[in-house]
Amino acid sequence: MVNVRIFVTYKQSVFNPQGETITDAIHSLGFSAVKKVNVGKFFDLQIEPNDKSVEEIVSQVSEQLLVNFNLETYHYEVMEEA
Amino acid sequence: MKIAVVVFPGSNCDIDLFEALHTVCGAAVEYVSHKRDNLDGFDAVMLPGGFSYGDYLRCGAIARFSNIMPAIVEFAKQGKPVFGTCNGFQILTEAGLLPGALKQNDSLKFICKTVSLTVENNQTLFTTQYKKKETIALPIAHADGSYYADEETLAELEENHQVVFRYAGENPNGSLNNIAGITNKAGNVLGMMPHPERAVEAILGNLDGLRLFKSLLENGKVTTEEAVR
Repeated sequence: MVNVRIFVTYKQSVFNPQGETITDAIHSLGFSAVKKVNVGKFFDLQIEPNDKSVEEIVSQVSEQLLVNFNLETYHYEVMEEA
Repeated sequence: MKIAVVVFPGSNCDIDLFEALHTVCGAAVEYVSHKRDNLDGFDAVMLPGGFSYGDYLRCGAIARFSNIMPAIVEFAKQGKPVFGTCNGFQILTEAGLLPGALKQNDSLKFICKTVSLTVENNQTLFTTQYKKKETIALPIAHADGSYYADEETLAELEENHQVVFRYAGENPNGSLNNIAGITNKAGNVLGMMPHPERAVEAILGNLDGLRLFKSLLENGKVTTEEAVR
């Protein structure tokens, strides 16, 4: 079994209203050093590879379901082999 | 001509659409379950507002996998009228029947109020009873209604006159180009965030949505038959 974490975020060119609101809140705390926050989401998949490789499965699931390429982009990390 | 109102788990404006078409306009309408796999016998299909599949993942993203969706895609490809309001619009973008996407409102708030719209294109199946550049008022009720498309797509939408409704004055949600409703290139698929079905009777305080349905009925020659509930 392979544990994979897929990160989905807005593209840099797309306005991220949550990120902007959180940035404002961080500034309210006094951390003026923080210039930008981009909020996204992640999906943890437990994969038992069969005829397809982990890479193929992750890219196909991301492209066909988890990511809306109008707005979003993704990357993934293989966490650990369970 | 008979109209299908598709009901997904979590749809909540299906009855409003049905009543607007049947009770107010006298059209032949039938509820169609998401489980069905065909649209045989129908001449137009409408996707209602609501929160299909709990808005899980992204609004409309899961509805795309419903049994009925391949039939809707095929229906649209045949040039038959397809209409989606609110969640219905989100489903149409997720299914690739309309370009772009709907994202969270810039204010991060769920906005429920009546807004002013400009009718930008009155040459569609759905808008012939409006005047071009007419200002109308319709209710909106959404948290994820901010229309987004890349610059190239926006330019194409404008060039092809696919922007049918635009927010007039205040932009409530951050939609690019103030877009409230668009068609596909062929013009037979319309998606919009405002709710015309909530503005069809004097008792609702607003009649501006009525002409959208009447336009379609007139252009599609929809017969008046008994609705099947």
